[in-house]
Amino acid sequence: MDALILARLQFAITSSYHFLFVPLTLGLSVLVAIMETIYVRTGNETYKKMTRFWGKLFLINFAMGVVTGIVQEFHFGMNWSEYSRFVGDIFGAPLAVEALAAFFLESTFLGIWIFGWDKLSKTMHAATIWLVAIASNLSAFWILAANSFMQEPVGYVIRNGRAEMTDFFALVTNPHVLYQFPHTVLAGFTTAAFFVMGISAYHLLRKNYPDFFRRSFRIGLIMGLISTFMVIAVGHFQGQHLVNSQPMKMAAAEALWESANPAPLSLVALIDEKNQTNPIDIRIPGLGSFLSHNTFSGEVKGIKDVQAAYEAMYGPGDYIPPVTSVFWSFRLMVAAGLWMIIISLYSLYLWRKEQLETKPWVLKALLWSIPLPYIANTSGWFMAEVGRQPWIVQGLQKVNEAVSPSVSAGAVLTTMIAFTLIYGVLAVADLYLLTKFIKQGPEETPAGRSLEPTKEVSLWT
Amino acid sequence: MDLNILWFILITVLFTGYFFLEGFDYGVGTLLPFLGKKDNERRVIINTIGPFWDGNEVWLLTAGGAIFAAFPNWYATLFSGFYMALFLMLLALIVRGVAFEFRSKDDRPVWRSLWDWMIFGGSLVPALLWGVAITNLIRGVPIASNMQYVGTFWNLLSPYTLVGGLTTLLIFTLHGALFLTLKTEGEQLEGARRAASLVSILAVPALLLLVTMSYSHTDIFTKSGAGIVFWGALVTLLLACWLLRSGRYAWAFVMNGLTIACSTVAVFWGLFPRVMVSSLNPEWSLTVYNASSSPYTLKIMTIVALTLVPMVLLYQCWTYWIFRQRVTVKHLEY
Repeated sequence: MDALILARLQFAITSSYHFLFVPLTLGLSVLVAIMETIYVRTGNETYKKMTRFWGKLFLINFAMGVVTGIVQEFHFGMNWSEYSRFVGDIFGAPLAVEALAAFFLESTFLGIWIFGWDKLSKTMHAATIWLVAIASNLSAFWILAANSFMQEPVGYVIRNGRAEMTDFFALVTNPHVLYQFPHTVLAGFTTAAFFVMGISAYHLLRKNYPDFFRRSFRIGLIMGLISTFMVIAVGHFQGQHLVNSQPMKMAAAEALWESANPAPLSLVALIDEKNQTNPIDIRIPGLGSFLSHNTFSGEVKGIKDVQAAYEAMYGPGDYIPPVTSVFWSFRLMVAAGLWMIIISLYSLYLWRKEQLETKPWVLKALLWSIPLPYIANTSGWFMAEVGRQPWIVQGLQKVNEAVSPSVSAGAVLTTMIAFTLIYGVLAVADLYLLTKFIKQGPEETPAGRSLEPTKEVSLWT
Repeated sequence: MDLNILWFILITVLFTGYFFLEGFDYGVGTLLPFLGKKDNERRVIINTIGPFWDGNEVWLLTAGGAIFAAFPNWYATLFSGFYMALFLMLLALIVRGVAFEFRSKDDRPVWRSLWDWMIFGGSLVPALLWGVAITNLIRGVPIASNMQYVGTFWNLLSPYTLVGGLTTLLIFTLHGALFLTLKTEGEQLEGARRAASLVSILAVPALLLLVTMSYSHTDIFTKSGAGIVFWGALVTLLLACWLLRSGRYAWAFVMNGLTIACSTVAVFWGLFPRVMVSSLNPEWSLTVYNASSSPYTLKIMTIVALTLVPMVLLYQCWTYWIFRQRVTVKHLEY
């Protein structure tokens, strides 16, 4: 394999892994902040316990997100030096702002939050977790503003052989980021909501600490309902925007080879990328047009037409992304989203009738729904990033022009194996701690219980 | 003064801040197995930097982001050229960051000793690698006319750069020991003091060797200002040793911090206006001009940085004020 493929694979592995932790951080920081605020306002000790319990899970997840995030910042220079030279004038700015405006705030105040329980007033302490929550979500904005330039370049001019920024304001009001930011943040809220609902369901099923987990569940349910609906709504408008801004991505997501008016929507299809046709295709007529234009007529461009248009614009070449991957990752994301809507609506119905705890199968389904947002998050990014191929910056630079020429395939392979191994080990440790504390529930045990803290220990054994 | 120079200064400040702050974090981590014989002692040692280390690490992320935004060619050549070194640093930072959070979350001795190892290695490796990296910037590495690094990992290792690595490791370890004298009490303070004395005996000759070797391996001393500051680093280190022996720990810590600042400033001053020296041809060095972003981007970033950096400094200082008390075995909650 050559360095390009390996560098792409490495980026896919490290960024997918990083994004397993980010959404929960985005959402759970807000939920914990809400819990602590209720504690401060009501003085109800249960909410303090909730803050501590969910906060502990938040911290374990947060640590993983932070350390895997450092890799992401270094990666652009390490594996994609020509990309960095080409867009650094634009892309570097939001990354630097992210560090200055968000990372400092987030990590400094998280340190205060963790260690400051008896050093600050209650209100001040709650304020620190709000700052963490705001900073986390702010950091998402800046990194997505950077990513949006790759999807939809704005505010630039090609000069001195590179893309140079001409309008910072255009960069931060890129139409793409105005959809992508709420979509991502709401996906994070959804992830946290299903995390809290699922774990609460686990304990409600076992009748552990019912008051504690009922209150937790309620907060999760409210946030889950709101954010699931909104993430889908925003996603719908984002899709309509993409039809115009990245027609190839959306055509691939629908595996729509020929332009159509009205366009159908494929539910499932067997895709033959070589012959550019779908031997099996189960479609709903008109729905494709509806999703693109909000009416049942209207043209949706097919892959072949977009390819022809791109050849006219950018010269000969293959501008078609891997259609099968884009098609199925889109469907996986949508299916997970629909299931989340259904189960949260049904939970609301049962909750209002006070029957939720009498239906063990629903509680079990909620527990097993914890992975759903993760599936939706990951497949959503697969659609966004695979659908952008062969471009690294839409219309400006191709992936094969972006890779570091001074880095050998062997070096990329070595680091990829090492990252994968260490990420694997960390995933095991992370899951071990999460399940341990989840099962243990809200009762705090003093640390160092079975270990004699004053006995001599050795690092060398 | 144009913005290219301002950004070079700002990046120097960011690296100085990073080495000063994470310097003691790395030192404390490196000393963990030597000063913490019992689990409680280990927790005290870790908790002295517990509230701070993550915020301190952001100085590195910001320095990286600032290089990317202000000097994209520097970022591209440095990160792709120092590939394996940065990879090792990343591994160290990954395991170290997780270890701080995970180690006390389970009380099996094997679990704790595993993560304590990670803290030790994850602190020692960056402390060593940063010296190697910084000395390579000034000594020069094979960079071709097209700004591409054409060497291998082994080009980065030479007697001079290894002395650089050893020096940062020792000075950061001393910094950590002195930090512990300010944050602990009783026996632990005494242990930290002994460690500081021992390390300082090694740090002085290491820095002396680095400074003298710099005469033949770099052109740092062609700028008299940079040369004076570099020698100044040695003077402040000697002062730190003297203050340590007379029991004035806080001043010793400040002086050793000045040693870190002076060394960093000396190297960057020596570099200027280059940002990476090409060992193949002086013409091919990266400079604040041929590596920089457009004037527009530099202007935007200047506004952002001058607004945000003072705020960051304010609230980070506030953190140190909140947690100004010494950490003891009696008050361990994390």
